[in-house]
Formats: sequence, C-alpha cells, structure tokens
Amino acid sequence: MSITRRTLAAALALPLVAAATPAVSQGYPTKPVTIVVPFAAGGPTDVIARLIGDHMTRTLGQQFVVENVGGAGGSTGMTRVATAAPDGYTLGVGNMGTQSAAPFLYQNLKYDPAKGFEQITILNYTPQTIVSRKDIPAKDLKELLVHLKANEAKISYGHAGVGSISHVSGTLFNAQMQLKPALVAYRGTNPALQDLVAGKIDYMVDQSLNVIPQIKSGTIKAYAVAAPARLKSLPDVPTTKEAGIDFIFSAWNAMVAPKGTPADITKKLLEAVAKALDDPAIVAKYEELGSTAPIGDDRGPAGLQKLVDSEMARLAPALKAAAAAEPPKQ
Amino acid sequence: MDILDKLSLGFATCLQIVWVTDPLLGITWPIPTTLLLCFMGCLVGTLIGVLPGVGPIATIAMLLPITYGLPPVGALIMLAGIYYGAQYGGSTTAILVNIPGEATSVVTTLDGHQMARQGRAGAALAIAAIASFIAGTIATLVIAAVGQPLTRVALLFGPADYFSLMVLGLMLAVVLAQGSVPKAIAMIVVGIMLSTVGTDLETGEERLTFGWTEISDGIDFAVIAMGLFGFAEILRNLENPEARDVVRGKIGRLMPTGAEMRQSAAPIARGTLLGSILGILPGNGAVLAPFASYTIEKKLADDPSRFGKGAIEGVAGPEAANNAGAQTAFIPLLVLGIPPNAVMALMLGAMTIKNIVPGPEVITKQPALFWGMVVSMWLGNLMLLIINLPLIGLWVRLLKVPYRLLFPAIVLFCSIGIYSIGNNPLDIYLAAAFGLIGYALIKLGFEPAPLLLGFVLGRLMEERMRQALARVRGDYWTFVQEPLSLAFLIIALVLVIIAVLPAMRRSREKAFVE
Repeated sequence: MSITRRTLAAALALPLVAAATPAVSQGYPTKPVTIVVPFAAGGPTDVIARLIGDHMTRTLGQQFVVENVGGAGGSTGMTRVATAAPDGYTLGVGNMGTQSAAPFLYQNLKYDPAKGFEQITILNYTPQTIVSRKDIPAKDLKELLVHLKANEAKISYGHAGVGSISHVSGTLFNAQMQLKPALVAYRGTNPALQDLVAGKIDYMVDQSLNVIPQIKSGTIKAYAVAAPARLKSLPDVPTTKEAGIDFIFSAWNAMVAPKGTPADITKKLLEAVAKALDDPAIVAKYEELGSTAPIGDDRGPAGLQKLVDSEMARLAPALKAAAAAEPPKQ
Repeated sequence: MDILDKLSLGFATCLQIVWVTDPLLGITWPIPTTLLLCFMGCLVGTLIGVLPGVGPIATIAMLLPITYGLPPVGALIMLAGIYYGAQYGGSTTAILVNIPGEATSVVTTLDGHQMARQGRAGAALAIAAIASFIAGTIATLVIAAVGQPLTRVALLFGPADYFSLMVLGLMLAVVLAQGSVPKAIAMIVVGIMLSTVGTDLETGEERLTFGWTEISDGIDFAVIAMGLFGFAEILRNLENPEARDVVRGKIGRLMPTGAEMRQSAAPIARGTLLGSILGILPGNGAVLAPFASYTIEKKLADDPSRFGKGAIEGVAGPEAANNAGAQTAFIPLLVLGIPPNAVMALMLGAMTIKNIVPGPEVITKQPALFWGMVVSMWLGNLMLLIINLPLIGLWVRLLKVPYRLLFPAIVLFCSIGIYSIGNNPLDIYLAAAFGLIGYALIKLGFEPAPLLLGFVLGRLMEERMRQALARVRGDYWTFVQEPLSLAFLIIALVLVIIAVLPAMRRSREKAFVE
C-alpha cells in the first residue's frame, strides 16, 4: 500500500512543486511533512487539518500528509506529536479536548498542553449550538430551559463519550444552568445525533458543524449559538446573548509542533497557515462549515498560548467537580 | 418525479461525457469521467478487499486528498465504488485463505473455505460474485423506490430495541457453531469480554487495558480476526503439510454447476431481503445480516449437517445479505445525514470537503448527485461482476503457489493491513498473540467464529444497554416496555426454547458430530 500511496503523493505533488518552486527554493521543507490528527478521518478536526494542510502543500511545495492517530480522546496522537523529533516534519492538530480538557480527564496524560509544545496558531473556532429533539414544546432558549427544569426527573443529555467536546460543553452548560439530566454516552457524535433525531434523548450542546444538516432539514430544533456573533450558515439561530444567557463555548482546533522545533520553521509554518486562512476559497469553506478563523492577535503562538491557558483555567472547576461526583446510579 | 425519471437522471449523470483536449495531439476526446471514476473505485476496492486487513476505511482515508481535485459526483461515486468493491474482494480472501477482512465476511469463511478445500474454490468465488451482483441490483432498486420513506423505520429504533436485536443476534451465534454448543457459548462469552477492553464511555475509566494507552480505545476487530483466523490458520497449515496440499492440489471447475445455481437461488433472495432491511438500521445493523442469513439457511436446509462442510447455500445467502446491507447502508447517510458505520462517516467527511451537506436536502437540491450515486451503485455492481468473474481463474491459481511462498506473503499483507488501521505497532504484536491463542483454540476444538460475533455484538450491546438504561435512569422494564424490543426478546426466547427442547438437541448433536 505504501508504494501506491507514495506514488500517488508524488504524482499529486509534482505539478504543485513545479508551481511553487521559485518561492521556496531552499531550506525547510525538503521532504513531506506529517500532520498528526489525533482523531479518525472525516471528523471536524480532520476536515480542518486536511483543508489547511492541502493549502500549505501548495504554498510550501512539499506534501503535507495527514496521519490519523486516534485513541484515548486524542491523547494517543498528541503524545506522539509531543515526543516526535522537533525538526518541523511532524506537526499536530489538536482541539480544545486534547489541548485544554485532557489534563483534567486523563490522570496519566503524557504531555502538557500548556508547556509541552511549540504553539503555532489557532486554526478555527466552531461555536457550539444548543439543540433538542424536534418535539420539545419550546419556542426559544428560555422556554427550553423552563421545560428542561420542569421535567428534570425525565430529561436526558446525549454526548459523544467522556472527554469529547459535547461532553465538556454539556458539563459546563448543565453546571451553569443548574440542570441535572441523565447523561447518555455514545461512541461519537453520530449515534447520539441519531437518537436525538429519533427523539430518544432530549438535548445536546454540540459543534455547529455536526448539527447544521439536521437543523436545516428540521429534524432537530436549534435554540442558540454559543458565540458572540450569529453564524452565516445558521442566520436564523440567535446567539446565546440574544437568547438571554451568558454562555459562550467554541470548540477550536490548533496547530502545534514538538517542543524545541526551531523558531524559523514555526514562523514559516505560521505564514503558510495565515496565507491559507486569508484565501477566499478557505474563507468560504469555513463559512459553510460553521467555522470562524482567528484574526489579529489570536493568530499566532501568543494567541494560542493565551487560549490554552484561559481554557484550562475555565474548564478545571467544572471537570474536576464532574469527576468527583458519583456517576449516575443505574 | 417518478422513478423512471429519477433513474434516467442518474444514468445521465453517470454516463456524462466530458470533452478533454489531448495535450499532445490537440485532439478533443470524449471521456466518460464519472464512469471511469466508478470503475477505478471498484477496481481499487476489489484489490484492497483481496489484501487481508487493508480495509476500505484505511483506503478511503488515504484517498480522501485525491478527491479534492475531482468533481463532487465523481469523487463520491469513486469512494462508494471502493466501499462495495472491498465487500466483493473481502469474500475472495475469506474463501481462499480463510481470513475475514471484515465482520461481514466472517460467515463466508465457514463454508466458502471448505468449498475451496474440496477443490470448489472457483464455484464458491463465482457464486459469491453472482449473489453479490443480484443483491446489489435489488438493493439499488430498493433505495430508488423506497429509500426515503424507509428511514422512518430506522427512526423507530431506540437504544433498547437495538439491545434486544443484538440479544437475538447472539442467539443466532449459537446456531453458527459446528461443534459443541457449550463450547460455542464459551467462545461468545470470551468475545463479549474482549469487547469490553478499552475506555468506558460513561466514566472515562480504562478497563482491562493494563496501562497500555494503545488499547485504550479497545482492540480493533481486524486485529482479532487476522490473529484468530489468519495467523492461527497459517500455524495449523505449517504443522500439517497434507491439509494445505488438499487446497492447492485441486482446482476444479471455475463456475458453479446448474444444480448449484438452483440451490443458491432461494438463499440469494432471502439474503437480499434480510440485508436490505438490516442495512437501513443506522446502528450498523448490517453486521447481523450475513449471520442471520446463514442461520436461516441452515434451519431451512433439508440436511443441515452439510453446513460448515462446503454448502453452497452457506456462501450464497450470506454474500447476498452482506452486499445488500452494504448498499442500503447508504440510506441513513444520504437521507438523514447520519453515517451508520465508520466507512460512511468517512463518506460524510468527503461530502463535507465537497461542500455537500447530507440530509433530505440532497435529494431535492442536488437530485443529480443523489440519483447519480444510486445508479452508480448498480453500474458499480455490474463492473464488479465483470472485473471479478475473469479474475476468479487468477485467484484460484494463487492456491497453486507453494505454501512456503504464499504464507510469508499473507503474513506480510496482514501485518501491513493491521498497521494501517491505527498506525500502531502494538496492534501487530496483539494479532500475533491472537494467532497463538487461535491455534490453541483450534487444538482444543473451539471455533473462532462465535468469538468474533460475540466481540462485534458485545460492544454494541453494552453501549445500547447502558444508553437505554441511562435515559430512563436505570429502569430495567424499559426493555419490555418498548414494543420492538419486546418482540425481539420474545423471538430470542423462542429460539432458546427450540434449542433446549430435547428432541431438537438430540438431532443437533447428531448433526454436529464430526
């Protein structure tokens, strides 16, 4: 298989190399670069990594190959990045879970998201959307919260497993809104969404990217986007602030390199990412994915470091409390 | 739009001709791009299906970047071609070398490989291809005619109903066993236990991982299948030179006889029906289809003792069920936007990259894409038949390769396949360990097929049971309060009663004496 893959990669890269050669005639990168995505192919982090990686291939003239190393909520893949040679040929694209929540979920985590990497930049934010099964009698978020409180003994919240974005965001949302639903765990977002569409569970707080198709087709109800501004792909869904609550939550993906990767390499990578983020084609794609790109100070190592530090500080209390609480009785 | 209009739109999409100017001669050629992509997908799918362990998931993941530059319809049709091409190819490995590449081809090893040992490899391969083609054709019509309304059936299924369906599936596993029933039950239990390895979804605690982060997400199906079937089979063959000579000694005819075709007709029809229905269930119900089909054929057969010893119905029925299920599995993805299994999740990713938002809107807003894909499924099946029938001679000749050359190649391809699943070296060591375990099991008269079924169903069963209980806060009555769930449990109970009835048991024991 590897021969085929290499041949294909070479065949694909050839015209691109020819086009890009004048800009990067010397120095890094001189061979293909591996981007480790710590989740399965086709998921939200993978889609962003491939989108940006593909563009970087064109900018830097070497193939940026995405390698999916799943396992343990993404910590297997990120451990591999953290311990890889810091030569610029292994990069990682982690998300809020691996880069902020993991230390509070996994006792034996082998990397430190705050200090164990050379931070490159935030790649995107995907705001969470609060959704419910379609037959809940609530017109807006306020009514939903009233309904969820009134039926506290019966309601259930679906999430994609401990450590997943929907688990972290739900833990935070439920703590803040003082809701105590039955927590129903699924292997990934899709089966959870399936049961939400079928009306077997009551509500979820999940990445907009995952739920946009079902919202648009009317098989589930959307109440609010947990972001400062409305999404272009969901213009009719209000923000949480408009809906009357103070709850902002974005899943985000970020590119990192092993600790000790030379600064001129990370600088070059940042420039290539920035070029991708400013490309109108990528901007349009982000819009459809319900994603926003980092701008200004948020773009670059300092912005990412600040985000990791602040998210870790914000998530710590809720996740520690949830871990200490007894699991629901069965 | 009536169905003929829809299908003709689909054909128009698939047979669309693009005029491409040749850079050398300057001549403009008509090229049926979409059709070519469909063919490429089927060919690649067949090849990777034949390589043990290199599954469609790894291949589609690798090929995703290529689809960037392709038109959306063509890209998706190619990926779909890889998917069902792999279903065809997977049966080849199951029949020739007794290695199931996927959960759905486990059943094919039972009688398919026995046929190969008797010099009927050609007939087994041909009937597998023919059954798959017929099932694929009918399943395509099912999707075109009733795909959309059928999703409502899928939405009836809640966690409790899935759990009970899986219980019923495990009852079927007992029937799969060739030898002693207690041993089969023991194997199922071991399989279920193996499925509990990994991180607990609800608490995040690691179970039975002994601190190895590599298996914190559980053991992959392919690791166990390659070990128990592939590596163990090699060890057994190496120990016993005569056994392998039987396989490579005789080639026999390449096509099934008229009698064999007649024997296979009804099983193919029943398998297609089962597969079409189970494939629609979003919880990966398709894995049950071949098992269910095998069980039914064995129950209906005049002489059940032929099963496990090269009964052609045991290949035809499950292969039809497998392919029909693979096809109708597209319904939840295309109509609900929810992928029922890992391959479909990748297809969803590919659609996202192509700016296509799956869901009911696809049918109304992009009818060419939807109906193009439906028609491409049938075209793909036709191509697969055309690709596979001539290849049978080639595959069968592979059996003539001296075993001392063949087995290192099998070990190599298995290892590559296992590594490609998660880029994880430990998986290969684990498969080796399972190879030794599998060898010991064979020596002690235990069969690996029930273990694999227990493993596949065990994880789904546990998840579904806990989801069902969590949403009603631990009330066990939920399993009999949900009507579908109750129905499945009653059927399962009836099966148990039939199995323990003394008269039945006696005839079973008689039938299973080797």
